[in-house]
Amino acid sequence: MTTVADIVTKVRSKNAGPFWLTVDIFCGDAAAYDRVVTGLSTDRVAAVFDVAPETLKRFDIADLHVVKFSLPRPTIQGDIADRDMHGAGWAPLVAELALN
Amino acid sequence: MTRILIPSGALGLGYDQTALERGIAAKPDLIAIDGGSTDSGPSYLGRGVSKYTRASTKIEWAGLIRARAAAGCPLVIGTAGTCGTDSTVDWLVEITREILAEEGMIAKIATLKSQQTTLGELTALPGAPKLDAQTIAQCTNIVALAGAEQIQAAINTGADIIIAGRTTDTAIIAALPLQNGDHPGGAWHGAKIGECGALCATNPQSGVILVDFDSAGFTVTPLADGAHATPHTVSAHMLYENSDPFILHEPGGHLDVTAARYTALDDTRVRVEGGIWVPADRYTVKVEGARILGYQTIIMATIRDAHYVKNVQAWCDDIATKHRAKVADRLGDVDHTTELRIIGQSATLGALETHGTAPHEVGVMGIVTAADQDTARAIAMLLNPYLLHHPLTKAEEVPTFSFPFSPAETDRGPIYGFALHHVMELSDPMDAFRLEVLT
Repeated sequence: MTTVADIVTKVRSKNAGPFWLTVDIFCGDAAAYDRVVTGLSTDRVAAVFDVAPETLKRFDIADLHVVKFSLPRPTIQGDIADRDMHGAGWAPLVAELALN
Repeated sequence: MTRILIPSGALGLGYDQTALERGIAAKPDLIAIDGGSTDSGPSYLGRGVSKYTRASTKIEWAGLIRARAAAGCPLVIGTAGTCGTDSTVDWLVEITREILAEEGMIAKIATLKSQQTTLGELTALPGAPKLDAQTIAQCTNIVALAGAEQIQAAINTGADIIIAGRTTDTAIIAALPLQNGDHPGGAWHGAKIGECGALCATNPQSGVILVDFDSAGFTVTPLADGAHATPHTVSAHMLYENSDPFILHEPGGHLDVTAARYTALDDTRVRVEGGIWVPADRYTVKVEGARILGYQTIIMATIRDAHYVKNVQAWCDDIATKHRAKVADRLGDVDHTTELRIIGQSATLGALETHGTAPHEVGVMGIVTAADQDTARAIAMLLNPYLLHHPLTKAEEVPTFSFPFSPAETDRGPIYGFALHHVMELSDPMDAFRLEVLT
């Protein structure tokens, strides 16, 4: 089993303002980028975030070897139920996914 | 052609002094630095205070005031004091006056205030929470994000030091190039690339960069030793804290960088062209507000006993049930939220956690939120005996767990929440903002 983290340079997640989250997968090179684009479906990322797939915005950016996902924050930043003020914890969820 | 010197991504993060001196020697037209962000959460806006210590702010700001005098150009800070309320603008004005007096310097100061007391008609942005008049009335502070037009008005007062309340991160950088007639797409794109200082380059913590704007685009030059901008580091910065890496909304329009071209001029500098500014039909500014959601008290225990570590979820569930009954019995029908967060197992992700392996120790943090501090503390105090001594079964000897603190409970004070993710239309860009030249 090969995970996203096994082949990419870095996965980071961060707030994009208080109401959105964004996850950037820096693949490093064209081969890893192609592997992530074909081996990581939007549906599987949505499943690990427990959100509907249509709420995810996906950007496959070949020039940068980056795959990016953005989604409305399931919990607004800083609200009582929010566990993660800067949105840092979403990256490992994606990094640990197995590639198809 | 306009040359902007950006010392750092935010005042309070520090900057490389040698690189700053190189920037001064390059004769910039303006020094721009961001003072804030929503990124540290709603408490700063809710309270109208800075995230950074006064001591750090004063030392770094003094360095920039000296740099401004040496360069003979204006110094602009946007979103002063983290949140850009009137209180944080006044706070930085006070610090500025102290610095000028101590250094024996004279400078003309202008302030641009962004705080709102009434709001016009609002339009919700994607992901906005539900909004009603009561929510707006509950906000302790509401600010509007100024754009380039308001910063230009401040620059045109002839002030040496401009202390602005809430602005967009980019407006303080884009304002002068736009006024000078440089390429509008280049002005906003270069401002977005430069807004976090050297984060768009290698050696990102060095801070200091120069951005040169002209009639076709812009050039980025990091100034610290060992800092290099490459087409990759520069273009990748469009991803940062942006939900869409190609589109950036600003007051009065949006930037589209889909067709941008990034070219290495040498191993340090990058040339960028092709960003397009698309003016909007309406002039709108974004508004931000924060209100009190409740008052919090926290209490923490750590558990090292293997039997309890293994069964910590069942232990917490049992405590939650018994504690709820105890609160009702001792305090009556009080509104509260009490969570037992298991640190070492699922604290970061909660129900989304995918790992099930048990650690050798866990922390259990009780988080109580109620309508006032006394109630929150009382509810946390009722949790205390359970976290200290609760047995998994009646047959067990009464256990004792580790408390890191005495008292075990810690009041966190008011907890704030972001309430607005909306834009407000203005007939004149200055309508929601107040510009003042101080004497």
